[in-house]
Amino acid sequence: MSNLPSVEELPEAIIARFGTQKAKTGNWRTNEIEIDQDKCDFCMRCVVFCPDGAIKVSEGKLKMDLDYCKGCCICIEECPKNAIKEERKVELP
Amino acid sequence: MMEMSEKIDLDQFDKEEFLGPSLKSCPGCSATIVARFALKALGKDTIVIIPASCLATLLATNTQTGIKIPYLHALFECGSSTATGVKHAMMRKGKENVNVVTIAGDSGSMDIGFQALSGAAIRNEDIIHICYDNESAMNTGGQLNSCTPFGARTPDWPLGKRLMKKDAPSIMAAHNIPYVATASISHLEDFYMKLKKAKKIKGFRYIHVLSPCPISWGYDGRYTVEIARKAVESGLWMLYEIENGSFNLTYKPERRIPVEEYLRMQRRFDTLTDDDARKVQEIVNELWRRYEE
Repeated sequence: MSNLPSVEELPEAIIARFGTQKAKTGNWRTNEIEIDQDKCDFCMRCVVFCPDGAIKVSEGKLKMDLDYCKGCCICIEECPKNAIKEERKVELP
Repeated sequence: MMEMSEKIDLDQFDKEEFLGPSLKSCPGCSATIVARFALKALGKDTIVIIPASCLATLLATNTQTGIKIPYLHALFECGSSTATGVKHAMMRKGKENVNVVTIAGDSGSMDIGFQALSGAAIRNEDIIHICYDNESAMNTGGQLNSCTPFGARTPDWPLGKRLMKKDAPSIMAAHNIPYVATASISHLEDFYMKLKKAKKIKGFRYIHVLSPCPISWGYDGRYTVEIARKAVESGLWMLYEIENGSFNLTYKPERRIPVEEYLRMQRRFDTLTDDDARKVQEIVNELWRRYEE
């Protein structure tokens, strides 16, 4: 048993490591999404329902991480205050 | 209807994130919501087994994974048997507090993976099984499976399925396991509470989560959470738990909305006639009448 390699010694093709964050999915987006900080009342619905975890709380504000936001607009539908705005860049067929 | 202005207290969920950003899921996919909250609830002493499913492909691409805890990709039919092996290895090493969880799709739980699941349940292995139900074999293009509901159109049944959906949680409850629960991604507090409860119980635990898929169900990705909420509010999807044989409804819609409001939002029910929609409504009414008795 002792001459089996440890996990660290195995080649990368066998053990995949955490690292998807290097490829940014933000470029899948076909729209621009912005949070209106004045209207937001911190109900946190967009934070929990974002499938990509792209909305973060920092310095008492909700910030959209545009590197990873795919523009699915779940946050817009879930926002009770209509504080999130969408602007289409490309018309989809 | 659930109050839209309802605030969600972030403090009730664990702060730590185990799912990285940049997962290769479609915009509006709810499988990542299921995985994110499952891992938040179970904590870092967890090993995740994922048989072939959308979640398996979107969590790991090539030599990189998007998950910060040990993750094992199992074959389609043996998610639960792999989990059994991992749990026994952990017990042999003296690490009994490690949670071993299988997150499988509905095909990986109720069709292709059923024999392994049923076997592990009847042996009452100390593992958790989470089935995220998108009601079709979505990783291969949305083909029909036994969890597809009545009337839904799939590539291999274009006129709409004429068979009923398998009642998966009842089948699992019939195995006499300590904990069976249903959940929906629209009611995250309820889902999280059930996961926390399951974590404390010893033995086989099964949680079935409704997880809408914009591609297969045919709607714009922005309505994912709304559709899941409508499934619960119409009474079509009941939220309950069965703990040691005792049934407990965890959420009761105040006034059930017509099922047609849920069905007509999705293009997969385009071929469903009004008569069939009434039939679905009758089935739901009968279900709730039986429950209230």
